[in-house]
Amino acid sequence: MKYTQGQYIIKEKSAIAREIYSFTISCPEVAAAACPGQFVHIRAKGFTLRRPISICGIDKEKGTLRIVFEIRGEGTAEIAKLNAGDLIDILAPLGHGFTVNPDFKKVVLIGGGIGTPPMLPLAKAYGDRAAAISGFRNASAVILQEDFRKTGAETILCTDDGSAGIHGFVTQPFTELAEKGGIDAVYACGPMPMLKGIAAICKEKNIYCEISLEERMACGIGACLGCACRTVRNDEEYFAHVCKDGPVFKAEEVLW
Amino acid sequence: MADMSVKVCGVDFKNPIIPASGVFGYGREYEELFPLDKLGGIATKGTTLHLRTGNLAPRIAETPSGMLNSVGLQNPGIDHFIETELPYLLTKDLVVLANIAGSTPDECAEVAAKLEDTDVHMIELNISCPNVKQGGAAFGTSCEMAAEVTKRVRAVTKKPLVVKLSPNVTSIADIAKSVEAAGADAVSLINTLLGMRIDINTGRPILRNNVGGMSGPAVFPIAVRMVWQVANAVNIPVIGMGGVSSGRDAIELMMAGASAVQVGAAIFTDPYAPVRIVEEMNDWLNSKGISSVKDIIGTVKPW
Repeated sequence: MKYTQGQYIIKEKSAIAREIYSFTISCPEVAAAACPGQFVHIRAKGFTLRRPISICGIDKEKGTLRIVFEIRGEGTAEIAKLNAGDLIDILAPLGHGFTVNPDFKKVVLIGGGIGTPPMLPLAKAYGDRAAAISGFRNASAVILQEDFRKTGAETILCTDDGSAGIHGFVTQPFTELAEKGGIDAVYACGPMPMLKGIAAICKEKNIYCEISLEERMACGIGACLGCACRTVRNDEEYFAHVCKDGPVFKAEEVLW
Repeated sequence: MADMSVKVCGVDFKNPIIPASGVFGYGREYEELFPLDKLGGIATKGTTLHLRTGNLAPRIAETPSGMLNSVGLQNPGIDHFIETELPYLLTKDLVVLANIAGSTPDECAEVAAKLEDTDVHMIELNISCPNVKQGGAAFGTSCEMAAEVTKRVRAVTKKPLVVKLSPNVTSIADIAKSVEAAGADAVSLINTLLGMRIDINTGRPILRNNVGGMSGPAVFPIAVRMVWQVANAVNIPVIGMGGVSSGRDAIELMMAGASAVQVGAAIFTDPYAPVRIVEEMNDWLNSKGISSVKDIIGTVKPW
């Protein structure tokens, strides 16, 4: 099985910041197949299109997945109305995830805003070999910092307004880490300008970099070709699709 | 169990449900979820003579009870289809409708000609895609052009020829009559309705193409009306589609005159929709004591 669709029980729900929710879903067969960087496609009652949400936690032993999402519009607001004990309709696990290489000795994980959750399974995989840089608008938007610390990763927090952690963008501490050298890989998810900046630094320093993209999608599995993304493969321009070829791409493949 | 089989242009379908072109790729992605042979047929992704990259993203926007798309006929080209996708589909027990498109009548004919020596069951000629600048809806919105393209394709193929019609016209019945006269064996309708959404925070249309094709439950009543009008205007079979999301919808479209039913956007909400719809139709027929789904085709009793 690559992916499946079904209704699964929400085991836990919590609000972890303003309009940001965490669900833990009991779905053993999905958890067994899931990898860091993949996503779940959630049916929102009353809406035609499902909502793609990245996977924030995979517990293969307990058979659970964790997702953390922000209310962005009416569809995600509908999903946020679900409670522990309710059934959630998901099509999952979907997409091409991050490459986890056990030989990497030092990796940097960079999350911007609601792009932070997919970094957590990587932090779990790499433990103290990872530095997790997270950036948010302000202190009230900060999420998951304790979860990152528990993995053993070095955690670096930034806010745009300086109300928590470093005052500034994630690219500042990342540039400092990159200057020191010894980084085997960088993984990032967040707003496009942030990803573009990180990709440029990695290119300059010759560091392997994977990024997770977002696009409006319909089917989620590569059939409808809605979520096109301009990439280069084998020196040729190619419309890849975020749902199936991504959401994770090598930064060097993306045409910004 | 009711008899769910139907016959369209002499081709036997084990049930009347067909995933519509564009939503189902060439079937492989959905085979992860259910065996394709549960379907009556498959209308494959619109395929052109050469590879097409399609339109820039965003290509998708949601609407109340529906969606817009502007994919722009992204496809790998007819040779790839014949070499790679068609042999795979022909191993499945279902009818394959090869949906084809082109920028000129000659191109449409060339694509159809390439299929002539294959075992594809039917050709669905798309003269109604609203997301391409040349061909597409430009062919499907004039009786003369629709007839011209149909004639050119008819001349090169003996395969059953279904012509897929655009709803973005003044009289779809007139277009249907013109393609019937030009040699179409059946018509399928409706393709998507031209629509637009604007992000009021940026002032920009959500779709990069500005406009796109609308589908989903919101268009269903328009589909019922047009299928009914066309079924009353032509003597060839009608394949109905547009916003079908339940067995009741499919039955309604068949009562309006459809001999088979395609399912599109509903698959995005529920990937099992085509299979579920077959089961729901069967349950309804059984509950009414109707032994064959064929018996409901065109049975609407207008006031």
